[in-house]
Amino acid sequence: MTELTWLNELLAGNRIFTPQTIGYYWDGLVLTTQLVFLSLVAGLVLAIPLAIGRSSSRRWISLPIYVYTYVFRGTPLLIQLYIIYYGVVFFDGIQQTFLWPLLREAFYPALIAFTLNTAAYSTEIFRGAIKATPRGEIEAAKAYGMSQGLMMRRIVLPSAFRRALPAYGNEVIFMLHASAIASVVTLMDITGAARFVYARFYAPFEAFLFAAAIYLCLTFAILYFFRYLEKRLLAHLKPQSGN
Amino acid sequence: MIDLHGYGPRLLEGAGVTLQLAVLSLILALILGLLTASAKMSRNWLLHKVATLYTTVIRGVPDLVLMLLLFFGGQMALNVATDAIYDRFGVDWYINLNAFAAGVLTIGFIFGAYMGETFRGAFMAVEHGQIEAGKAYGMSPWLVFRRIRFPQMMRHALPGISNNWMVLLKTTALVSVIGLSDMVRVAAEASRATHEPFTFLIPVAAAYLLIASVSEWMFARLQKRYNVGFGGH
Repeated sequence: MTELTWLNELLAGNRIFTPQTIGYYWDGLVLTTQLVFLSLVAGLVLAIPLAIGRSSSRRWISLPIYVYTYVFRGTPLLIQLYIIYYGVVFFDGIQQTFLWPLLREAFYPALIAFTLNTAAYSTEIFRGAIKATPRGEIEAAKAYGMSQGLMMRRIVLPSAFRRALPAYGNEVIFMLHASAIASVVTLMDITGAARFVYARFYAPFEAFLFAAAIYLCLTFAILYFFRYLEKRLLAHLKPQSGN
Repeated sequence: MIDLHGYGPRLLEGAGVTLQLAVLSLILALILGLLTASAKMSRNWLLHKVATLYTTVIRGVPDLVLMLLLFFGGQMALNVATDAIYDRFGVDWYINLNAFAAGVLTIGFIFGAYMGETFRGAFMAVEHGQIEAGKAYGMSPWLVFRRIRFPQMMRHALPGISNNWMVLLKTTALVSVIGLSDMVRVAAEASRATHEPFTFLIPVAAAYLLIASVSEWMFARLQKRYNVGFGGH
C-alpha cells in the first residue's frame, strides 16, 4: 500500500472516506461496469436477429418477438429481476445441480434479467432503424441480384446501425442507471457500496452523493463516447457546411 | 383461480398505492416540468443555469440513488432542522418523512426534469406568429399562455408526456426498496414467504401491462382532442 500514501494523506482525518470505503466504491464500480458491459454485449447479440425477425412480414415470426418486447418494455425491470432471481433460487432441485454455485450468487440472475431487458429495448431500436431504410437502397440491392442475407449484411444493417446510434446511446445510459437495482438483490455494485457505507456510518449525504457523482461521470463518459462515434459515423448525414 | 395464500387483499392495496403514487408524482412532475421549461426559456441568466443544472444532474444519476438520497438524507435534514427549532424556540417538533411522501417527492422531482425537456421542445414548436397574433389582439401574457401557447404546445408535448408517464409508472416499483408497500413489495414478500415467486410476481407484472395499455388508450384519445383542426394525425 506504499504507493497509496498520497491517498492516505488526503483522507487523513476523514471519518467516512477511508481507504477501505473508497475500496468498496471501487469494487462497486468494477461490478457495475461488468454487469452493464456484459449485459449490453449479450443484449446486442440477441437483439440483432430479433430485430430482423421483428421486421419480417411473416407474422408467426414477428408476433412472438413483439410480445416479448412488449412484456419486457412494459413491466419494471425490478419485477423481471425478482422473477428470475426468486424463480431460480426457489426452483426445486436446482440446489443439487452443478449450476447452483453459479446461480446462488445474484450476479447471474441479475445479468440474465438485464440482458433480456436491454435486448427488448434494443430490438425495437434496431427494428425502427431497419424500417427506415430508404426503399431505393433495397431496390438497388435487389437489382444487383443480392440475396436476402447478402442485402441484410451489406446494405440494410450497416446503415441501420448508424441510424440507431443516437437511440442506442440513450439505451446504454438507461442500462447504466437501471443497473443500480442490482443492489436490491444484495449485489455490491456502486449503489450497493453506497448503501453499505450509509448503513455503517449513518451518513446519507456523503454515501449517496459520492455514488451519484460516480454515475454522473460514467454517464458523461458514455455521452461523449457516443457523440464522438456519431461524429465519425454519421458525418455524411450532417448538413453541408462551409458556405 | 390461483391460490394467493391470503395475500390477495394486500396485493390489491399495493396496486392502489402504486396507482396513487404514480398519479400524484405525475402531477408534481408536470408542474415542475412547466416551471423548468419556463426557466430554461427565460432571459434570466441565473434561472436558465439553475434549470440546466437540474435537468442535467437528474438525468445523469440513477433514480434509485436519488430516491435513497432524498429518503434517507431528507429525514436527516428534517431532523437537523427540527432539532434547531427545538434549541432556538423550545418547540418539540418531530416530522417523520413517510415513505409515500418521499416516493412522490422523489419521483415527481426526477420526472420534472424529463418533463421540462419535453415541454421546452413543445413550446418552441409553437409558431411565433401565433404569439404575435395574440399580442396584436391585446391579450395579456398570461392570456396568451392560457389560450394560445398552452393548447398548441400540448399537441407537441403529448407524445413525450405519454412516454415519460410509461417510464414513471415503472419507476414507482423502486419505492418498494425504501419500504413502501406497493404491489411489488407485497409480491416480493409473498414470494419469499411461500417460495412461489411466479404466483405473485407474474400477476403484478400483468397489472403493470394493464395500466400501461389503459393509459396508452387514454393518451390516444387526448391526442385526438389536441389535434383538432390539424387533420389526420
